[in-house]
This record gives sequence, structure tokens and C-alpha cells, in this order.
Amino acid sequence: MNYNWNWAIFLSAEPGGTGTYLKYLIIGLGWTLVTALAAWVIALAIGVAVGTLRTTPMPWVVRLGNAYVEIFRNVPLIVQMFLWFFVAPELLPKGLGDWVKQMPPPWGSYLPAVMCLGLFTSVRVAEQVKAGIMSLPRGQRLAGTAMGLGETQTYRYVILPQAFRIVLPPLTSEFMNVIKNSSVALTIGLLELTGRARAMQEFSFRVFEAFTAATLIYLLTNLVVVLAMRALEKKVRVPGLIAAGGAPQAGH
Amino acid sequence: MDSGFDFDVIQRSLSYLFLDGMTFTVTLTLLAMSGGIVFGTLLAMMRLSSITPLSVVAGAYVNLMRSVPLVLVIFWFFFLVPYIGAWIIGARDPVKVGAWASSVITFTMFEAAYYCEIMRAGIQSVARGQVWAGYALGLNYWQTMGRIVLPQAFRNMVPVLLTQTIILFQDTSLVYVISATDFLGAASKVANRDYRLVEMYSFVAVVYFVVSYGLSTLVKGLQDRIAIIR
Repeated sequence: MNYNWNWAIFLSAEPGGTGTYLKYLIIGLGWTLVTALAAWVIALAIGVAVGTLRTTPMPWVVRLGNAYVEIFRNVPLIVQMFLWFFVAPELLPKGLGDWVKQMPPPWGSYLPAVMCLGLFTSVRVAEQVKAGIMSLPRGQRLAGTAMGLGETQTYRYVILPQAFRIVLPPLTSEFMNVIKNSSVALTIGLLELTGRARAMQEFSFRVFEAFTAATLIYLLTNLVVVLAMRALEKKVRVPGLIAAGGAPQAGH
Repeated sequence: MDSGFDFDVIQRSLSYLFLDGMTFTVTLTLLAMSGGIVFGTLLAMMRLSSITPLSVVAGAYVNLMRSVPLVLVIFWFFFLVPYIGAWIIGARDPVKVGAWASSVITFTMFEAAYYCEIMRAGIQSVARGQVWAGYALGLNYWQTMGRIVLPQAFRNMVPVLLTQTIILFQDTSLVYVISATDFLGAASKVANRDYRLVEMYSFVAVVYFVVSYGLSTLVKGLQDRIAIIR
């Protein structure tokens, strides 16, 4: 291939004046992680609640939960991103909408990105949590009732502690998905890792160096997440219980 | 936004949105699905192969594609394909490749990794005895795979393959980042020209929802119909 590699580019200064290109990309990684983590908190909170509610014997709560999941699952992420960024501020009361629109960068894109990724991921978490609860033998719930526990207590002491351990591996891959999906936020102007690699390519014309660096940083991040989650799985494992293996699933 | 909403803009641009935009999206989805399933199946056969180099290469490719954001992959191919093209035809300078060709190649190669994992699970879901029976009948590897294992694997995996295709249909909207005129790209061009972002993006969301939800309902129905009772 006729391409002249120039790896020294990472040590030269980027035009924004914040330091070298290497530092520029590392700050991008920081934004990726800060966005993904904030979205993950939202996703876990809503996802666990919705996923659990969908397994209760209350038909209209289940239906509401299903509707929530279908809405956020059937609209592409980038379209949801645009809805949060362009549409949501217009639908808010005027004062609040103007305040959102006038937030200084990067917060003006950070907030919609976090909301979007949080809710988008929450339905995936909800699906996993529901599947985890459903995979428990029916006897567990019955035993809880037989021991005189109420509905809430059965969930709190019998079902959820087991379900959480089962869904830990699928949740790991969901967390890695949030990290990857946060790159879509570059379309609303958030300069996270992919966005900065793209910007670096535009400033310096070093296309493949920039993308190679970003790719390596993503791979490294994935490795760290996998190792950390594996350690967590080991720590919370209940002796005698085997974590369930996942069924084949579509993903992106 | 001072004059309220103007939903007429949707009606005025319908033909552009669907004839240009949706055609791009649907064609891209179908091409990437066909190519992705073919390459994915080959990759799955490589991953399950007893020839170590083959399984290592396939495994590395699949894991690489699955750990990098799709947006980054789209950028990679957008800039890489011209060089690969030049290398293949032996030209000195990078060939010109448009957003369309680049998108088709990107999504085929990217989705192949995901279809591979599905087909791998499908092949593994076929009972071992089937393979042995094939060999016992004197069939070679390709005959056993083509006539015995893969047809069963496909049948078992049709619902998951179709679900993946619905996800692919949604993901093609990311070609926005290389300014291709897919459904979202067309809508965004109209939205910015007429300054009707709220109306256009809401409409896009509704259309994507209706199509994806409709298709996934169909897949669910199919899943119940073709399930094999064991």
C-alpha cells in the first residue's frame, strides 16, 4: 500500500493548543468513559426497575414495561440522539429549553448524549434482568411464598440476589456496548475518542495513525472491562451455583 | 422556533425521503445481510475448524470487529477502501470510492462478524451424531457441511439471523457520519434546508419504529411457527 506512516505525529502539538495529539486522544478516552459511566448509572437504575416490574404478576405494569422497551429498542440510536439533542429542548417549557440550548460546550452535547445512551441501554438491561429472573426455577418464588415472605420480600431476599449473579456476564457486554455506542455522540458534537480521532485526521491528514490509535485504545479499554468484571464475578459467586451461559443473541 | 410546527414539510419531501433515502437504506440492508451471512457462515466454519491458523485468524477478526464502535469501523473503511482498491488493481493512487460502495463493504464486513457468532451457535446446535453420520456415509467435509449441518443450523438460527438484520437495518442510519443519503441522511438534509428539525426527526423516528416493530413482530410469529419441538 502506498501510504507513508508517520507515528511521530502523536508527539506533535494539536492545533487547539492543548498539547500533543496523544494527549488529545487520551482526553477523548476520558470523555468516552465519563459519558459511558454516567449513562450506565441511568441504564442500571431504570433497567433493573423495569426488568423486575415486567416479571411481576401485574398485567398493566407488564404491558407498560413492554411498551417502554419496544419504543427504545426499535428506533436507531443516532435518531434517538438527534431527538434528545434537537427535538427535546423544543418540547420543554421555553425557559428550560433555552437554558438547555445555551449550555456551554461540551455540556450542551454531553447531557443529551448521556440521557440518550442511558435510556437506550436501560431497555437492554431490562431485557437481561427479565431473562435472568425468568431463568430461575419457579420453585424459588414458591418457596419464598411458602416461608411467609411477601411479594417484595421474595424479590429482595430470594429472586434478585440470584438473578443479579446470573445477569452479570450479559451486563458486562452491555457495558462494553455503552462504551462503543458513546461514539455515536460525535454526531451531536461531543468530542469523545472516535470524534477526536476523526478531528485529528482532519487536522493532520494522518488518517490511519489516528484510527489505529483509537482502535488500540478501544481494545485496551475492553480488555480492562472484561478483566474487572471477571474479578467481580468471582467475588460475588455463590459456591455451588453455576452461572448460566448465555443463549445466542443478536447484537451490535 | 417561533411559528409553531409545520408538518407539511414531511408531505412535501415524501418522494425524496422514500425514493432516495429509504431505497438506499433498504438496499444497503439487504446487500449487507446477504453478504454478511455468506461471509459470516464462512467465518464460523473457519472458527470451528480444526486447522488452528484458520480458527485463530477468524477469531481475531470477529473479536476485533466486535470490540470497536461501528462509527469507527465506518470511518476506517471509508478511508481504507480506496487504498485496498488501488492495491488490488495495482494503481499508484487511491481509487475513488463513493459513500455508497464504501457503506456496502463496511456493513458486509462488520455484520459478518455478528452473523458469524450466530452461525457458530447454529452449527454447534446440530447434534454431533449428524456429522458422524455424514462421514460414515462417505461424504466429505463440504458435503457434510452443505447438505447436513448448515441446513439444520440455518433453520435453528433463522429467527436470530432476522433479528440481527433488524438491528442492521437500524444501524445503517450511522452512514450519516460519511454524509451518505440514506433515510436519515435525506431527512436531515431537508430538515437543515427548511429548518424543520423537530418535525423531520420525529417523523424519522416514527418510521423506523413502525418498520422495526412490525418486522420484529413478524419474526416472533415465525419463531413460534418453525420451532422444532424436541
